[in-house]
Amino acid sequence: MVPAIDNAPGSRLVVEITALRKSFGEVEVLKGIDLNVHQGEVIAIIGKSGSGKSTLLRCINGLETFDDGALRVDGKQLLHESPTAMRELRQHVGMIFQSFNLFPHLSVGRNVMLAPTLVKKRSKTEAAERARTLLERVGLADKFDAMPDQLSGGQQQRVAIARSLAMDPAVLLCDEITSALDPELVGEVLRVVELLAQEGMTLLMVTHEMNFARKVSDRVIFMHQGRVHEMGPPEELFGSPRTPELKQFLSSLHD
Amino acid sequence: MIEFSLWDILRNLLLALRWTAALSLVAFIGGGLTGALLLYARLAGGRVTDRLIGLYVQLFQGTPLLMQLFLAYFGIALFGIDVSAWTAAALALTLYTSAFLTEIWRGCVASVPKGQWEASSSLALSFVEQMRYVILPQATRVAIAPTVGFLVQVIKGTALASVIGFVELTKAGTMISNTTFKPFTVFGFVALLYFALCFPVSLTARYLERKTYGPRH
Repeated sequence: MVPAIDNAPGSRLVVEITALRKSFGEVEVLKGIDLNVHQGEVIAIIGKSGSGKSTLLRCINGLETFDDGALRVDGKQLLHESPTAMRELRQHVGMIFQSFNLFPHLSVGRNVMLAPTLVKKRSKTEAAERARTLLERVGLADKFDAMPDQLSGGQQQRVAIARSLAMDPAVLLCDEITSALDPELVGEVLRVVELLAQEGMTLLMVTHEMNFARKVSDRVIFMHQGRVHEMGPPEELFGSPRTPELKQFLSSLHD
Repeated sequence: MIEFSLWDILRNLLLALRWTAALSLVAFIGGGLTGALLLYARLAGGRVTDRLIGLYVQLFQGTPLLMQLFLAYFGIALFGIDVSAWTAAALALTLYTSAFLTEIWRGCVASVPKGQWEASSSLALSFVEQMRYVILPQATRVAIAPTVGFLVQVIKGTALASVIGFVELTKAGTMISNTTFKPFTVFGFVALLYFALCFPVSLTARYLERKTYGPRH
């Protein structure tokens, strides 16, 4: 491994990615990714669309299969062929999507309770109690019985965060979670994520919110053409980018 | 010559209507169960299963129901198995219904956004749990209206069973009209009885459609 770039707060490795490669047909979107994520670390992944950042995230919880390399989460090897192993792995990895993906036929409370009761075999009362606590944490204590389509986008995304947290994941993957939101609703979601970061949650987020990435993350990864092009603390990456690609990317944001 | 009163005609048609209803019901329940099994196999199985079931669907959608009835009636007899008209009609209509329903339902499952699969996968739900708690409840909402609508097609389709000699409403109508020489009256009644059976079903389908697609609150 490369300890020099692992400037991590914790010492336990939560995600270990080694030489990860992935192609969609002829196009290689991930060209050998090495990345270690420590417990409690907050990582922002930036880059142009098509640079492979979302694909990388989706590989970590097995929504995408990869062609070569290895991936371990919480010490467990990711094995696509085994549904049992995938199910076990996914209990350690939470994911929040750009389009929220709440279950529209279930109330907010039951959205949060569903996975813990089914997968972790928690009792209804226990799961409901936990759901209420989590909804309170994301500022939606009064929405337990509401249906998802009665909520704003920002509220739906906060429910999605609570739903992920209900599974007690070791790491939370955030895939452009504010990109589908109206500008005035972005703040409320980012505040929740920031709170999680402060509480020591391990976070891997693909984001276009550069100010947020700069403020919250311990490490920023700039992806370019399927590779980790630059990686380092936010001050360094945003303050003094080394590669022309990153310079160009950062300046394109100010147009 | 024996005189047939209107009531005689209607009474005999009503008696035959029971068989139309019974055949429709058997086809619908049998076809529904088979269709559901095929749907499960198609979703859970691999590419080969999907292709095979796709072919099955194409076969039944691409040939006239009348041919399917003939093949069921005369085809099975070729193997030395003696089938009654009822068995052959019930079998052919069940297979026909299963092919259409499995395709209708597959479309309904496909209409559930991909994000629902991804979110439930990410929450470590198994395939069966995903289907049971996330996908099917949403697909069912979409499926109710076209499914009930297809029931009307099945009811009308049972009329074809008359050509292999199964005495349901249409066959009874033919027989009665041959004895009474009042084809217009008899088939008028036959048509009315089909309408009486199908119209409430269509109405239900339309009502359910409004309920499904209309505002929920």
